[in-house]
Amino acid sequence: MFAYLIRRAMYAIPILIGVNLLTFVLFFVVNSPDDVARMQIGVKRATPEAIERWKLERGYDKPMFINTEATGSARFSETIFFDKSLRMFALDFGRADDGRDIGQEIRDRMGPSLAIALPTFILSLGVSISFALLLVFFRATYLDFWGVVLCVAMMSISSLFYIIGGQWLVSKLWALVPISGYASGLDAGRFLILPVMISVLAGIGSSARWYRTIFLEEISKDYVRTARAKGLSELAVLFRHVLRNALIPILTGVVVVIPLLFMGSLLVESFFAIPGLGSYTIDAINAQDFAVVRAMVFIGSVLYIIGLILTDLSYTLVDPRVSLQ
Amino acid sequence: MSAAMSFQPVLLWTDLLLFLLLGSAVLATLHVRANPPLREAWRRVGKRPTGMAAATILLAFVAVGVLDSLHFRPLLPAFEASSADVTPSGAAEAAAAEAMYSTEVLSLLDHLLAPLRLHTEKTYSAPFAAQLFQREAMELPDGRQLRGYPRLVHGAAHLQQPESEQAADIAQRLARAAGQALLAWLVIFAVLASLVWRGSGLRWGEIARAMLSARTVLAWRAALLTLGAVVLIVAICLELAPLYHVFGTDKVGQDVLYLSLKSVRTALVIGTITTLVMMPFAVALGIAAGYLGGWVDDAVQYLYTVLNAIPGVLLIAAAVLMMQVVIDTNPQWFDTAAERSDARLLALCFILGITSWTGLARLLRGETLKLRELDYVQAARAFGVKTPAILRRHILPNVMHLVMIALVMDFSGLVLAEAVLSYVGIGVDPTTISFGTMINMARAELAREPMVWWSLAAAFAFMFVLVLAANLFADVVRDAFDPRRS
Repeated sequence: MFAYLIRRAMYAIPILIGVNLLTFVLFFVVNSPDDVARMQIGVKRATPEAIERWKLERGYDKPMFINTEATGSARFSETIFFDKSLRMFALDFGRADDGRDIGQEIRDRMGPSLAIALPTFILSLGVSISFALLLVFFRATYLDFWGVVLCVAMMSISSLFYIIGGQWLVSKLWALVPISGYASGLDAGRFLILPVMISVLAGIGSSARWYRTIFLEEISKDYVRTARAKGLSELAVLFRHVLRNALIPILTGVVVVIPLLFMGSLLVESFFAIPGLGSYTIDAINAQDFAVVRAMVFIGSVLYIIGLILTDLSYTLVDPRVSLQ
Repeated sequence: MSAAMSFQPVLLWTDLLLFLLLGSAVLATLHVRANPPLREAWRRVGKRPTGMAAATILLAFVAVGVLDSLHFRPLLPAFEASSADVTPSGAAEAAAAEAMYSTEVLSLLDHLLAPLRLHTEKTYSAPFAAQLFQREAMELPDGRQLRGYPRLVHGAAHLQQPESEQAADIAQRLARAAGQALLAWLVIFAVLASLVWRGSGLRWGEIARAMLSARTVLAWRAALLTLGAVVLIVAICLELAPLYHVFGTDKVGQDVLYLSLKSVRTALVIGTITTLVMMPFAVALGIAAGYLGGWVDDAVQYLYTVLNAIPGVLLIAAAVLMMQVVIDTNPQWFDTAAERSDARLLALCFILGITSWTGLARLLRGETLKLRELDYVQAARAFGVKTPAILRRHILPNVMHLVMIALVMDFSGLVLAEAVLSYVGIGVDPTTISFGTMINMARAELAREPMVWWSLAAAFAFMFVLVLAANLFADVVRDAFDPRRS
């Protein structure tokens, strides 16, 4: 098992290099730093001196891959590729355009992101699976039919509608919780309850329908018939047999997103002014702060790979036939 | 000679791709007609009332989108006058030959909706309002100043006393619209019934009755009922929209109904062209990886793992930001603003396609792995059929249903994604009218008291109907084509 983990971690390296190369090509080859500088300064005010100064301030004045003017290892380390891309492997993300350290910012903002993403994740998993089980229990009845119709209708509504509508109804009309904002400590609950509720509600439609399909596929198998034949009640069949066997396909989709919870949710955080990584990313995109976007891309891919490894590990927990070698 | 043309056709890139897609849809229809198993699968779609109803609504949206994709640049008014009384003299001819076309690109839909497009107010006005939403200083005839709600320039302008006359006026027009809708519906029904009746050997009346009582093989009644609703809504809009702002006006006074109709094309382009541009990659790479195995498989798997590893929104954000730099630094590529925003729309489609082809590629790879072990593929290989021929003749037709399902399943997700991306600032160009830009513009006004709710409501309502129809249709198509589900 340990050897397996090591091997998987090794597999991650070429993938991360690929991600790195891709972002490097996107950010530095498709557009030269000069283009970016010209756009950031404004096309009209971009004198050659201003561009040079902009590049110097941000460290974009070096050569791309090989520095012919330097000697020794500096030939490779005094380059944009080394500075902006390879340093990320050491989790050194450099500075944002406003001069703040990106690494520090990310550490500070992980907490609020997690405070909203984790309850959302757990609640929506619970609610969706319960709802799907309810539909499956009443399968081929009107309850099931209208439940599925409800799911399809709910997944056809834009997530923006849930957020805007929820804010309007709960915060403005009923004035139950603040519209947006964040506080640290226990006080945060007041601010978190609405975004969490809205995110759960927005996700139910598609996930409940998906779980229902998985359960229905499982329920048509022979072992379920056997379980019924030996006299188990339908509830016992559902919880003891169907749910447990359906865990494998459910885990495949669910575990991989757990590490990504750190990244927060872009929309919810930005609408509710929660100082997490999601709103950080949105602000960076709006301010065209490429250093931050690059850092978030890198972190996202690392977390995704961790998610893949966790998925494999989770299989061993729910399925005794799976062993990792 | 050609100078007398009062417009210059413009073919935007997305128009071209959209028409290409329509063309291939027509070809596919012909292919399906000649292919019994495929015809049977589509017949299963048609048997489901939800399928027929959803298809009807989707067709209505497609019609709006197609009308909005026929673009042209009108002749500038000054030249219109001169070209009207063109004299054979050389000078006038030369001037007309050099006719200046407006830099504003219009579509056929713009032309048809000219009353809506041109009836702009000063700023916000509520649906059916006769007055502006905001108080303004007005000058009375005797020269005194007064703060009040000024009358709209176009909305309910035909009424003398809007407060007392409006209800009766609207009721009367609604009644007229209902009558027209009924008439139109009857005509369409007669045409459809005749089409079904043709060659059936039954009497026309029997067919018509069967269609209305849902006794036909295809679910004609659902289609007819939906069509009735669509015709009714269209008739109401035709009757009321030229005189009132049915959905109100937005911040700069544009009619919200017009904006909503224009958004349909953007949504359709994003929903379909994205899948169209990613399909060749997904199909080629997925099948090659599955069938050839070895290093090809490794390379393809590596490629899609790398692309999957980057969170979708971030990859899109990075790519869109970069694309915007390219577009901004090369203004000489584009003649008109419409071409520039179209380039961004197309770029967005490509970017969304690149981030979303991985799912389909993985699916196709898995399916091909299964197919290549089947007897008929083994037999073909034993007979010495060349690999490209096997892929084309035996593998491709047997995975096409997956491609079809992916195409319809992805559509609704992409339409919803467009709104979110535009909100984040990495969607379509801010000058492109789309559901996302509509929501984005309206969002800032939610804090107002009283609230400006109509732009949001219209955008969400249109989007909901489109996405719901697409979701329902996708479900029916998947059920009909997925062999595991029959």
